[in-house]
Amino acid sequence: MITPAVPKSWYLPSKPHKFCPGCGHGIVLKALGEVIDELEIQDQTIFGCDIGCSLLSWNFFACDSTQTHHGRTTPVMVGIKRARPELISIGYMGDGGGYSIGSQHLLNAAVRNERVTLILVNNTNYGMTGGQMAPTTLPGQKTETTPYGRDPEITGYPTKGPEFIAQVTPDGAYVARATVSKYKQLKRFLRNALRNQIEGNGFSFVEVLSTCPTNWRTNAQQTWHFLEDEMEPYFPVGELKSPFSKGGEK
Amino acid sequence: MALVRIALAGEGGQGVQSVAEILAEAAYNENKQAIYIPNFGLEQRGGVSIAFIQVSDNRIGAPKFNKADVVIAMSQRAVGRTAGYSDSNTLFVYDDGFNIDPDELPKEAKQIMGLPAINTANNELHPRVFNIIIMGAVIGLTKVVSFEAAQEALENKLGHKFEKNPDLRELNHKALEIGKQMAEKALKEGVAK
Amino acid sequence: MLKVVDETKKAFLTGNETIAWAALAAGADIMFGYPITPQNEVMHYWTRLAPKYGRGFLQTEDEISAGFTVCGAVQAGKKAFTATAGPGNVLMQEPFGMAEAMRLPLFAIIQQRGGPSSGTVIYSQQEVTLTTFGGNGEGYRVVYSSATHQEIYDYTIKGFNVAWKYRWPTFLLGDGYQAKMREPLEMYNPEEKGIELEPAYPLLGLPGKIGEDREPQHLCNIYSLEEELYDVVMNLSADYERVAPELIEWQEHSCEDADIIILTHGVVSRAADDAVKALRAQGIKAGYFRPITLRPYPTQQLREAIAKSGAKKLLIAESSYGQFERLTKQEIYGETIKIEHLYMPGVGIIDHDIINKVKSVL
Repeated sequence: MITPAVPKSWYLPSKPHKFCPGCGHGIVLKALGEVIDELEIQDQTIFGCDIGCSLLSWNFFACDSTQTHHGRTTPVMVGIKRARPELISIGYMGDGGGYSIGSQHLLNAAVRNERVTLILVNNTNYGMTGGQMAPTTLPGQKTETTPYGRDPEITGYPTKGPEFIAQVTPDGAYVARATVSKYKQLKRFLRNALRNQIEGNGFSFVEVLSTCPTNWRTNAQQTWHFLEDEMEPYFPVGELKSPFSKGGEK
Repeated sequence: MALVRIALAGEGGQGVQSVAEILAEAAYNENKQAIYIPNFGLEQRGGVSIAFIQVSDNRIGAPKFNKADVVIAMSQRAVGRTAGYSDSNTLFVYDDGFNIDPDELPKEAKQIMGLPAINTANNELHPRVFNIIIMGAVIGLTKVVSFEAAQEALENKLGHKFEKNPDLRELNHKALEIGKQMAEKALKEGVAK
Repeated sequence: MLKVVDETKKAFLTGNETIAWAALAAGADIMFGYPITPQNEVMHYWTRLAPKYGRGFLQTEDEISAGFTVCGAVQAGKKAFTATAGPGNVLMQEPFGMAEAMRLPLFAIIQQRGGPSSGTVIYSQQEVTLTTFGGNGEGYRVVYSSATHQEIYDYTIKGFNVAWKYRWPTFLLGDGYQAKMREPLEMYNPEEKGIELEPAYPLLGLPGKIGEDREPQHLCNIYSLEEELYDVVMNLSADYERVAPELIEWQEHSCEDADIIILTHGVVSRAADDAVKALRAQGIKAGYFRPITLRPYPTQQLREAIAKSGAKKLLIAESSYGQFERLTKQEIYGETIKIEHLYMPGVGIIDHDIINKVKSVL
């Protein structure tokens, strides 16, 4: 029997995981697991997750992990890092936890150049609570609280998080946006983000564009279409700020 | 009629909640008191889905119950999850198309019976109407609503789909009828034993 | 105002959907909210229905904002409301406190879920303390604990009216079971039942020219000196206590000759009602007492029920670890009746649970 290769830093008793079929979280967490293995930081890593679908990752890794309140992953991971700088503090959250209820914490952590790594999975809706509008819901997109399509006149335009974080962070920060449709690049960006923390350069933030066929109510083909043909043009993929390369990878 | 408590359980995606809602609505349309409540945990998808239905002529008390009059477990996992709702008054029904570990079945029950719903759906009708067969079975076992009321409630819920594809209406009605007969037959045989 | 319900009619809805309809019928102008289970569907239904009736909605960035946007909207004279649960209720204590201090007619629905912290998304009665006395105030709130969908409909309409008439933040305390279950109810337009909707009026943005027609309005919730605050709090308390008798609601039966009175609130009272009937049929003299308003509490009425029954015991049953008991005890301090309790935090209570407990303590 062939056993598929899973990262050593994955926690096998919690597999198979509970994410929906077609969800991008599994891809992000696989890339992250491989990077944790390659950097050999499993024992120093503290993994924190938010409420929402990211919550399902609370026992995903064979690393010490903590589940927080909605939007409060950032300050908890900051507290951990400030208390024990030798630990690698990774916060994992969704678009709601990062750009809505958690936005003040994210913004302030960025301004302070906190030496944490935050990974934000953007699937343009609040998945676990049943598909409400998120800060990153696209104009015209139907959700449970925008049943007639998101109207930017009423709700504003989608939040472009990495863009505003790149603006407020000082030098030494790493800011990027990846997508689950480009796995190698996703891994590269996650690796750079963690390297940034290991080297103590500054804040590191990676938004990952991801899929949610359950709440998008899309089949496989429609799901990939929405990600690659609607989301990726709206949310440009690439490195916005990097101490490792001038201009960053685009 | 006195209070009837029904627990329906299956895999998420099998249509457990849809069936429970339609049954409860049918009972309400017949001017009975009815309460339907889903169980719900964290995940959007996956896991065992359980629905609790109560029907009575009188006002119903607590929305949930510890022991059911009828339990229908539509999957292997559902059996284990719902065995606890069975006591000496419970009619515990499972789908015998699945490999059920006898240890998972309830220790206490008035009667335990297997129904060939999934096999009937797959072989004679269509996998999609598995849950409608179950709905017919509930009616056959409990008489909690009239067949006509169930058909009407089904039409209310799925009518828009039937408009697009009239064959579906026939298929669903057939499934409902087959489920009812399947259950009535099993009841008779069970009593005969 | 466009009629919400053409005529009184029966419906088979979930609790959350009922709230959306009732808020429309009550004349609510705008809802502010943030997703949290188990109240999300209030927003789902409201966003679908509201445009037809010219009502507004905003999903805010979090619950703190949802509470404060409601405070703003009511100050501007519009009937605004929100709904939340669990950790969201915790966050909203800050705006609820401001509403207490400034006498804002805020209306909020709380669908209790398991606690503390994220607990469960399902059910509990563990937000009693928070909803009655949360925040850093003295509990100047009106709190209705509903038990049926009919009450959800009725008390949502009443809640808006009470908020705008008496100007205390007003709450409908429900729970995840009521939120998600379907049962029959009757929907109606308030006028058909002779219920007049209280008019809304602004505290800010009043008509007229400042300096000529009127003075500018300066609203605040902070004071410079201890003595100022003392006067404010004493006056608020006096106002609250003066109107409390008009607001109190409760239900009781079978207490006159009861040996044991079963005290419950909210959805648990349905099981208590069944339990009392079953116990009586078995020759056990149980009585039923249910506060409908937890704030103001029917203290006098409970003391009277205890006194005239001569009951030896009070059994408090709740889906929490003592929040309702603590609230009750503070209200009926001095009563010497022995208090027993059935605590089932985060778990539903059925009639058999209460019956078995009664038998074990009698």
